[in-house]
Amino acid sequence: MNGLAKPTAATRRPANRTVRPSVPLSDAISQTIAMTWRALLKMRRNPEQLVDVTVMPLLLTALFGFMFGGAVAGGMAAYLPTLIPGIVAYGAVTACVAAGTQLRDDMDRGVFDRFRSLPIARIAPLAGPMIADLIRYALAAGLTLAMGIAMGYRPGGSVPGVVAGVLLAMLTGWSLAWVFMYIGTIARSASSVSSLSLVVMLPLTFVSNAFVPIDTLPDWLQTVVRLNPISLVITALRDLMNSAALTPQVGYALLGCAIVVAVFLPLTVRSYSKKV
Amino acid sequence: MSHDLPASAWPVQATGTIPPGRERTPAHELLAVEARGLVKTFGANRAVDGIDLVVHEGEIFGVLGPNGAGKTTMLQMLATLLPIEGGMATIFGYDVGRQSHAVRQLIGVTGQYASVDELLTGRENLRLFGRLQGLSWKDARSIGDDLLERFALTDAADRYVMHYSGGMRRRLDLAASLMTRPALIFLDEPTTGLDPRTRGQMWETIRALVADGCTILLTTQYLDEADQLADRIAVIDRGRKVAEGTPAELKAQVGGSGLRVHLADGVDARAASAVAGEVAHHVPILSPAGTGFSVSLSDANLAADVLIALRQRGMDIVTAAIEQPTLDEVFMALTGQPGAASSPDPEANAA
Repeated sequence: MNGLAKPTAATRRPANRTVRPSVPLSDAISQTIAMTWRALLKMRRNPEQLVDVTVMPLLLTALFGFMFGGAVAGGMAAYLPTLIPGIVAYGAVTACVAAGTQLRDDMDRGVFDRFRSLPIARIAPLAGPMIADLIRYALAAGLTLAMGIAMGYRPGGSVPGVVAGVLLAMLTGWSLAWVFMYIGTIARSASSVSSLSLVVMLPLTFVSNAFVPIDTLPDWLQTVVRLNPISLVITALRDLMNSAALTPQVGYALLGCAIVVAVFLPLTVRSYSKKV
Repeated sequence: MSHDLPASAWPVQATGTIPPGRERTPAHELLAVEARGLVKTFGANRAVDGIDLVVHEGEIFGVLGPNGAGKTTMLQMLATLLPIEGGMATIFGYDVGRQSHAVRQLIGVTGQYASVDELLTGRENLRLFGRLQGLSWKDARSIGDDLLERFALTDAADRYVMHYSGGMRRRLDLAASLMTRPALIFLDEPTTGLDPRTRGQMWETIRALVADGCTILLTTQYLDEADQLADRIAVIDRGRKVAEGTPAELKAQVGGSGLRVHLADGVDARAASAVAGEVAHHVPILSPAGTGFSVSLSDANLAADVLIALRQRGMDIVTAAIEQPTLDEVFMALTGQPGAASSPDPEANAA
């Protein structure tokens, strides 16, 4: 072609090639970036997949604020400092469910056959979409906050507190997503991932202090709510956003995220590698 | 359309060697594929049941068999996509089970169902697979664009693969396997479902790859495809290898082509096929309806002899056609038994 030298047969010969026994870390990172690029392309192409992190938070914030503000806190303005961090956490938790369904959907496609046959780090096809999903969590948290501020929320934690809160919400979504990724690798189909995930997610989000103050609940339920890790995160978010306070709750929330990742990341990689 | 790519664009020009201390076949020949007693079961079904396979570097090796014979399963085991249950396999001396990462650096896999990303464009697909295998963005782009041109996909490069035709997908799939010049390419039924013209183009591409130093292991259900492309053929049925040899060797056993005769009403098909068997020196197979037979021919001239013999006995012919042997006839000739996908027991009918 164009007078360029024709490659000789020898360059194909395995004896003349470097064959590595494993993937160097630098390669694993660039492979993960390539997979992130793929996930971003898909996200840009299917904007309707962003409905759960754009329209839903806006809708929920308005709905809860106007409907329940009076009943729960005696007025919307008084309810917002409780509600907004709650919905930020709720948004992160619901947004990360999609990670599992998307992984299952991906694994059922022909292209995963090729990923499996390539000499790439096993983590790259998992980590790529996880990094791209950070955008989803940021969108959900950011839009909720914007809506809240438009409705009159004035976060006492000011800019540092709010930024820290958004980062914590993103970290929570990202960590919990590994649970749903794991479900994605063990479930039979994308739709069974959604229904299984709903079973995990609904009690986690609603049996929490997201929307109501704890002391309105019966004693036994208060105990359950206190033990719910999502409640920890929500309390931590309120502390950060409303008073920029680094309370022990923030530490517990970070610790909880670390534990979830430490358990479910290896489980996911192992289950995924077994499937592939 | 050219089959060459600029040498400067190729990523693999390393002069390093395989690290010492790896298991290798004796140095005089590094076998592309060496498999011994491969076994894979799905429940009670022994999909692959003790297959031995040797593929030499630089050859096209064809695995021929009907649907469900275990071809794809065997290929997926060799390509590290399915665990090896029994037996062992090496690719260029690397153990497929224990050194799968090394094996993956030497192979390209193009599946029966195109394994490219439907949600991306053709160009994005090639760039992704290039990046994943360590090419720079620049190289991934230029090699990808070259391959798109070589496979006549330039016009469709920026369309989503979900809108591609079957032939275009297949070409893109093969292009994706070629981003890093693999030493061994697995092609699983590369032309199944393609129209004849596209099929011919795929054959050309495969030949060009081998001319370029690549080794190819392909599976096919088509006798003519194995005949056209393969240096050697293994015939697989029900998870077992029933024959192996060059196309010429196999054809000598099967007969190059076959004569299919449809007899007039009232003609005794058994008697007629007995006559044909005597003349053609092959065992004829009665048609399922019992109104005719087919018989293998080692020489096309024998077709005339058979027809003359029938006419001399007053046996009337409705139609007669010379055809390539069907897979069914291949199995019949090679094993004396019908293949897995055939009609029940034609042997009982053979006179």
